Order: sequence, then C-alpha cells, then structure tokens
Amino acid sequence: MFSGASNFVAGVDTAFMLIFVISAIFLVGITAVMLYFVYRYREKRNPVPTEIHGSTTLEILWTVIPTILAMVMFYYGWKGWIPIRHAPKDALQVTAVARMWSFNFEYPNGKSSNVLNIPRGKAVKLNLKAMDILHSVFIPAFRVKQDAIPGKNNFLWFISDKPGSYEMFCTEYCGLRHSYMNALVVVMPDNEFNKWYNDTTGRTTGADGKPGNTKGQAGAMLIQSKGCIACHSVDGSRVVGPSFKGIFGEKVTVITAGAERTITVDEDYIRRSVLEPSADVVKGYRDGQMVSYRTELKDNQIKDIIEYIKTLNGK
Amino acid sequence: MGPQTYNSFFTVHGIIMIFVIVIPGLPAVFGNFFLPIMIGARDVIFPKLNLLSWYLYVLGILTVLTSLFTFGGAPDTGWTFYAPYSFKTTTNMFPAVLGAFILGFSSILTGLNFITTIHRMRAPGMKFSNMPLFVWSIYGTGWIQLFATPIVGITLMMVIAERFLHIGFFDPALGGDPVLYQHLFWIYSHPAVYIMILPAMGVISEIIPTFARKGIFGYNAIVASTMAIAVVGYFVWAHHMFTSGMSTTAQFTFSLLTFLVAIPSAIKVFNWVATLYKGSIRIEVPLIWALGFMFLFMIGGFTGLFLGSVATDVHVHNTSFVVAHFHYIIFGGMGSAFMAAAHYWLPKMYGRMYNKFWATVGWATFFIGFNVLYFPMFILGYQGMPRRYYDYLGQFHNLNVVSTIGSWILATGLIITIVNLIRGARNGPKAGMNPWEGRTLEWTVPSPPPPENFDVIPDLTSTSTAH
Repeated sequence: MFSGASNFVAGVDTAFMLIFVISAIFLVGITAVMLYFVYRYREKRNPVPTEIHGSTTLEILWTVIPTILAMVMFYYGWKGWIPIRHAPKDALQVTAVARMWSFNFEYPNGKSSNVLNIPRGKAVKLNLKAMDILHSVFIPAFRVKQDAIPGKNNFLWFISDKPGSYEMFCTEYCGLRHSYMNALVVVMPDNEFNKWYNDTTGRTTGADGKPGNTKGQAGAMLIQSKGCIACHSVDGSRVVGPSFKGIFGEKVTVITAGAERTITVDEDYIRRSVLEPSADVVKGYRDGQMVSYRTELKDNQIKDIIEYIKTLNGK
Repeated sequence: MGPQTYNSFFTVHGIIMIFVIVIPGLPAVFGNFFLPIMIGARDVIFPKLNLLSWYLYVLGILTVLTSLFTFGGAPDTGWTFYAPYSFKTTTNMFPAVLGAFILGFSSILTGLNFITTIHRMRAPGMKFSNMPLFVWSIYGTGWIQLFATPIVGITLMMVIAERFLHIGFFDPALGGDPVLYQHLFWIYSHPAVYIMILPAMGVISEIIPTFARKGIFGYNAIVASTMAIAVVGYFVWAHHMFTSGMSTTAQFTFSLLTFLVAIPSAIKVFNWVATLYKGSIRIEVPLIWALGFMFLFMIGGFTGLFLGSVATDVHVHNTSFVVAHFHYIIFGGMGSAFMAAAHYWLPKMYGRMYNKFWATVGWATFFIGFNVLYFPMFILGYQGMPRRYYDYLGQFHNLNVVSTIGSWILATGLIITIVNLIRGARNGPKAGMNPWEGRTLEWTVPSPPPPENFDVIPDLTSTSTAH
C-alpha cells in the first residue's frame, strides 16, 4: 500500500500479507457459507428443520486446522520481529530525546538536530530518552516503533537503503500537542551525510559548552534542541506558553500560588520559569504543561537563552 | 474544537463507553431480566445486593460526570490513565478514576450475584449440561468480573495514593515504574474485553437456533469455548505492550497465548454457521442483527491476529488500526449483539412488537455506516496514522473524510433503530407469549413477565433439553 524503506520491511510485510490472505479467505468463505445456508434453508424452501446436535469430527477439524494456521501466523510474526531486537554493535549511535512535544537527535560528535539525518545503507541505533512522560517513536516507512520511557533505555535500530525523507510520529499519547509531535527522518547518500555530519559550524553548546559567535546564537540553538520552541513561539503567535517575542522587559500578570500579581519579565523571572515552571504562571496560560529544566540546562545555558530572548525585542 | 477539548472528548468517550455502557450493558440489562427466567427462578439470589450494585452504578456515573463539570476541566489522559502523564495533568483525574473504581465494585457484585444465582437457583431438571447458552456466557463473564475487576480497583487506588500521598509506584520521578502501571491496567482491561464480548456471544447462541428453528449445533463445544476464553483471556494482556521494551521471552509467550485465545472464538463462529445448516430459517430482525454481528465480529477478530503477531503489532500499535479493530469487536460485535438482544427480547419485556420494516432499515443504515466509518481506519493505521491525534498530515485527509461521512450514516441508523424500538415498546401491536417460537423458559411466561416470573417453579426433569 505504501513503500517501505528499511531492512525490516520485508519481514513485517510478509507476516502482514500472510495473516491478511488467511483472514480474507476465511472471512469470505464463512460469510458465503452463512449467506448460502440462510438462502438455501429459508423457511419457504425447507419448511421442516432437521435436528443435528453436533459432530465430533467437525469440532476436531475446525479446532485443529485453525490452531495450525494460528501457529504459522505466530511464527511469521515472531520471525519478522527478532531482527528488530538485535542491533549490530557498530551501528551509528544516536540519542533520540523525546519531550512534550518535540524530538531532538544527539550525535556522538556533539551535533544536535531536530531532523534525524542518517547515512544510507548504514546501521543506525536510536537510543530513546524520555525527559518527562511516555512517548513512542514510530517511523511507518521503516516498520519500527518503540516507547520512550523515563528511566528506561529502550532502543530502535534500522538500515535504510532509500534516500529520501520519511515521517516520524509520536505514538504514545502525551497530552496537549501530541498530534504535533513529529519529526523528519532524512536518509542521505554517504558523502552528503558526512558533509552534514562534519560541518560543526551550526553546532550547539552541547559538547564543549562554548557559545557560538553571534549574539544570542547559542540561545537560539538551545531553544531548538531543548524543545522550548514546541510551546513558545518566536514570532508572537500563541502556542502553549507565552511567545518569546517581545516578552523581555514587559509587565505581565502572573498567578503565584493562586493569587494574581504583576511582575516584569527580567532575567530572574526567566530563570525561575525555567527551573520552577509552576511558580509564576502567566495569566491565561495553563499550569502543569512544562517540566523543570533543572537537570538539563546549566546556568550559562540559561543565560544564553535569556540573551537570545532579548534579541527578539523590537524586531 | 481545540486540541485540549479533543483530548478530553476521546478520554471521556472512552471512560463512559467502557465503564458505564459496554461492561455493564448486556449483563445488567438482559442478564438481570432474563437470567432468572431462563433458569426457572423468581429473581437473582441476592436481590438487595443487586440493588446495591445499581446504587453503586449510579454513584459511579455521577462521580465520572463530576469530572466533566468541575474546575480543572475534563480529564485528558485517555481512558487508560497511563502514568506518569496521569500524575502530571492538572485536569480532573481524581473523580474520573474514583468513578471507575466505584463502577468496578458494581461490576464485581453483579458477577458474584449471577454466579451464585446460577449455582443455587436453577429449577429442578435445569442442569449445567442443558442450561441456555446465554446463561453459560453470563456465568463465564461473572468469573472474569469477580477475579479481574479487583486488580483494576487496587491499581486505581495506587494511582490515587501516588497522586495524593506521593508514594512512588508508577512515576519514575518518585522512583516508580510506568510499565508496571501498564501491566496492572491491562491485567484487568484485557479480560474486560471478554466481559464485554462473552455475553454478546451468548445472545447470538440463543438467537441463531431460535430462528433456524432447531437446537444449537455443538452445545458442548460452545460451552467449552466460553470457559476457555474466560480462562485463557487472563493471560494475554501484555500484547497491549509489545513496544514497551519488555523481554523477548514475555513477548514470545504473550504473542503465542494471544493466538491461542483466538481459537475458541473461531469454534463458536463455526458452530453458529453449522446451526443454520438444514434449519428452517425465518429471516426476522433479531437474526439479521445476529448475522451482521457475525460479519463484523469476524473482521474484528481477524484484524486482532495482526495485533497478536509481534512484528505486525509493532507496526500498527497505537495507530487508528487498533481503534478500528477495537470498534469492530465492541461496537460492531457487542453493539450489534445488544441490538439483536433488544429486538429479540423487547416483545417479551414490553409485550409489544416494533415495526419490522423500520427495524430492518435501521439495521441496514447502521451496517453501511459502520463499515464506512471504521474500515478506512484500518488502512490509515497501516499507513501510519497514530491514534489520539487532534490533527493529522495531509496524506491522511481523504480517508478521514470518508470516515466522518460514515459516522453520519451510522448515527442515522442508530436513531432510526432506537426510535423504532421505543415506539414499538409503547404502542406496538401485542406480541403474545412466544412470537418467535423460542424454546427457552422465558417464552413460557406471559409478555411482559409477571413479578417474580413464575407462579409455579417449572420442573424440567421430564424434558430432555432446555437449550
């Protein structure tokens, strides 16, 4: 029905087709026999019913045959699954960070991206990391899916031979913007991938902790890679939380422990909002949507983000 | 409608349909009415306990409804209440969970009451070996209610304890394990599917012989498959969790058992079809609903095979494929069986007959609408559309539109059917004692049955069969 693009497609689709064919034959067959009996033995044509209490031979037949077929289907389903569980040791290790409501991918050289770029024909292992609640990584074209669970080290792996871009969806319900939690998987020819992978000018503060050169650039990268952008826009539009655009220095009404008060958005307020998101919630926005970034962002990174937010004023 | 409203809608739809409508539906409505009559009893054995079940049911519904209208807003976790999201959301989780807990007690007490009634209240000569198959199905269901429901009860209590006392059972932030929650939830909720479908199978096992005007084919095989489903159905729950990262040993075992639990259902279908053979078939409305049941239930059952097989399940898990499969089983299956039962027993319950023409029109509209609504979801799911999505990518658009049109047709069919039933119950022509020439005991009492059902408890020791 739609093309596949990984080393698992054949195994999964074989199991699928096998079950489909067996099911379709039985569905059509049983329905046809049922309708034929209703027609053939209708009262007008067959006024006197014949009592038949059962048949041991038939009961054995229609127990044994479906059991054998079920075991065949089970076997193919199992056979298609086993390779998905065994990742080769030399696979390219990428950490897929899932959080409400974005994916980000971290590569061994410190490169970070919200698009999963992978080399064609090479094994890639995705180590799944959930930052807040359950998510699930699903790439339909690759026939793979695995839950990302806080505190558990689940993984996925695959080899794709078909350059192109494919969708990745979150398939474990995760709240308000679940349906917008998706990403692109781009399979690239080797040279193209290497060019992208080794180009570290767009690199974030991940590995060496040093900010980029232009003012606020490091912060701009961080709000991408840490997923802030999934809820806070930079163009003034309303998503889940207040937009970053023009907010710095503004007076806003917040709810603090149930009471309203007016504060000015300054460096302290932003820092507090990053570390304790429920402390002062801007009026009109829902509490409980954001988790603390205490373990994820270092103080200098929060400063980078603040610098970036400042650049969004008056543009 | 915004995403928050949408998320609340599918959550509350799930909670109300599962806990309030489908689980108690057939047993509470038709079980309470016909179980005693069919075994030749005046009432269930504990009428006051039965009343308590009813009070708990009403209290449970009120508690669930509270979650909709009080501050905090309707719950938005999905009916599965998966941790740790269910601990983080600020919506009204507590009343929804408490409501499900109370409804669980209602279900346990009903199961207990029915099991005891069947053991202790059968009329002379009514043996387990000749008991009507609907009664057998209620019996199997009763044991599942009794054994499985306490598990969800304690799980929901753990959720409440975690939320208010911060005891870390499930939330990794408190040192808990979210996968443990999934196990506990499905240990109940998978058998719960059999609570929903077993009584439906029982209804079909009554209707087909009545309209074929002969005895059921393979009585013993149907009884054995009912009890096999009730037992094996406990040990398949983790097929809901193949993507959670559990061990391959567990995946192997649960996949194998899931394929095995399909066999008893297949045996039932074969025996129902065989019952039609050499019958003298009267095509009446209840039979039409029963035949529709068989078709939709088969599609639901066969698509379940894709979900039992690990490789294919991992691909379609949590996509609209699962939504379609589940609705084929529960709405197409249990829903059709409920309508079959309503059209079969309404003349007995109200003593009046509905309009058969409109009943047939209602069924046909329902049947077409149902397939137009749910079949596209199989394709969408295979193509990768996740479930519980407020918004979807462009390539999924056309089939979603088809599905929506189907929902309008289905709704029209349901309205025609229900209006026709109500009109029939109120103003239909008198139906008489036994309009279908049924052979079970409920057709030997006046329509509607008098209080306490029988003046004299029937004695079946001389008759050979009751089923």
